[in-house]
Amino acid sequence: MHAHEAISKAITDGRDAHGIALVAYVTAGYPSMEAFPAILNDACQHADVVEVGIPFSNPIADGGSLQETARAALAAGATMKKIMHTLRDLDGTLAAPLLLMGYLNPLLAYGLDRLAEDASSAGVRGVIVPDLPLEALDIAKPLNDAGLATIGMVSPVTSDARLARIAAHASGFVYAVTSVGVTGQHRSDQSDIVEYLKKVKATATIPVCAGFGIREKAHVDALRGACDGVIVGSALMEAVGEGRDVGSILQALR
Amino acid sequence: MTADTQGLLRALIGGALPNEHGFFGPFGGRFVPETLVPALDRFEAGARDALADAAFHNELRQHQETWVGRPTPLMYAPRLSEAWKAQVWLKREDLAHTGAHKINNALGQALIAKRIGAERIVAETGAGQHGVATAAACARVGLPCIVYMGAKDVERQAPNVVRMRRMGAEVRPVTTGDATLRSAVDEAIRHWVGDPQGTHYILGSAVGPHPFPWVVREFQKVIGIESRRQMLEQVHGLPDLAVACVGGGSNAIGFYHGFLGDSSVEMHGAEAGGVGAAVGQHAATMSGGTPGVLHGSRSMLLQDEDGQVSDTQSVSAGLDYPAIGPEHALLAHVGRVRYHAVRDGEAIAALDELSRLEGILPAVEPAHALALAKRLCEGRDHPTVLVNVCGRGDKDMPILTRLAEQEGR
Repeated sequence: MHAHEAISKAITDGRDAHGIALVAYVTAGYPSMEAFPAILNDACQHADVVEVGIPFSNPIADGGSLQETARAALAAGATMKKIMHTLRDLDGTLAAPLLLMGYLNPLLAYGLDRLAEDASSAGVRGVIVPDLPLEALDIAKPLNDAGLATIGMVSPVTSDARLARIAAHASGFVYAVTSVGVTGQHRSDQSDIVEYLKKVKATATIPVCAGFGIREKAHVDALRGACDGVIVGSALMEAVGEGRDVGSILQALR
Repeated sequence: MTADTQGLLRALIGGALPNEHGFFGPFGGRFVPETLVPALDRFEAGARDALADAAFHNELRQHQETWVGRPTPLMYAPRLSEAWKAQVWLKREDLAHTGAHKINNALGQALIAKRIGAERIVAETGAGQHGVATAAACARVGLPCIVYMGAKDVERQAPNVVRMRRMGAEVRPVTTGDATLRSAVDEAIRHWVGDPQGTHYILGSAVGPHPFPWVVREFQKVIGIESRRQMLEQVHGLPDLAVACVGGGSNAIGFYHGFLGDSSVEMHGAEAGGVGAAVGQHAATMSGGTPGVLHGSRSMLLQDEDGQVSDTQSVSAGLDYPAIGPEHALLAHVGRVRYHAVRDGEAIAALDELSRLEGILPAVEPAHALALAKRLCEGRDHPTVLVNVCGRGDKDMPILTRLAEQEGR
């Protein structure tokens, strides 16, 4: 099974078992490189897929919470090299498959050929690059060639034609951004979101996960049936910042 | 120059760059979250439509002549010429309305924003000149305006904050990150990501995702076109040296475009050399940077080996940015323009020299260009040098006052 198929399968398995799959986002190196493995391990116990965020100095799609975790992780000395080492050490011990979520520049600095090799050998199954649009996807070729999932992102303002092209190029799952804006902001009116997710579902041949602004169980429940999984990041990282237990936060969302 | 770089330069001069994906050779492009793509497409279509429309150009020209005060003068600087043993000519963009070249782009983009039905404008500013220009242009065309400005810059460019607010703009100080221009750009983009339909982001420099570097250049080209015509009319010849300062590089890109095809004109850019060559002590992107992606485009970037963007330092808020416009990266790549770091002290000395010899107080930004021009004149036999004085120094009073206090005068 290719790495990207492992991601798709984890999402559909999670959906079949719980009604909706749960994807957890954790910032690598937050609150410290030492604390990160235990947090990651916990997240893997209670989520179907875990996104490991590579901290970047200028994360333009992130809201205040995730921006702050990235800043703190960098200040605490998180680097791509250290993150890959940590993941390699944990490989085989984690209960859920991993994705890397990173802005393009740190990935380019690391080298995409090197990333494809190191990520694969560290048990990473795919990547999410929020600032790599469809037109520039050829940059991700080394990752595709290694069988890694390249998660396609769409938003409520994406045209139907563009949605079809993104869905066709994506592997693993399609990441449907539920609100126009940065991460962490929740919109109270979800009715049009359900319609939008149904449209994405009808277009994609791989699973669809909804993210941005999903903070509590009610938000998750509102999306049951409309998509295959939900992605929870800001709310989880805020909890980590407050010293709360990741496992119980995720459990409460199920 | 290799055949490849010659071909790129020919393509640039011939108008074939940026290409349809917004690339200037290996630089440029559009690296943004998916949410922004429709907004960028809409802006690009609106800009193409406007720039091909004679009625738009007529309207723009009318604003330029009666409100901006174009053409700005080309001025011979006799006492500076004597001091430098050169023929020194100054393009007086400092005499444009609101005191800098920034108005050329702000006005152009505000007119396009109106055409495409934007409900409000968001902008970022470093030195405050782009913020003031955008506030003025929004007042002129009747659009509400929000300006993000690093908290550090709010302090060091206080007079411009007052001007923006007086013209009806809302100024939002940014305390995140390094609290300078780069953080202001982050916040302005964030705002735009949150409302890409209703908002148009008037980016102030030749940076960012396609189509910004191209649109900004198109509106700043007026500087180079006027300069070349005025040189031919007044001097009956072209300059040996053409010098401009470069942060993101909007004044410089417009200025250079007048002379790109004139191989006899040597072109140079002055970057912020700050207080030293170590990382974090300057903002000299071309001298100290490597290729990378920031704020939506691939260009030269000050970054560490992990791809994290470096902190910068400069006496000039307008040059204090860790990246540079992608077209400049191409101009350096093909060898058409050479970029040099100019330290804070050298720039302030040039500011003093122009003030005392010609009675012109330039902004700290073009003071970098003056310092470089002086350096380049040394060892040459009375060269004809043209410097783009892209802004006036009124806005730098807090910095100059502090320096004067330190010097005890």
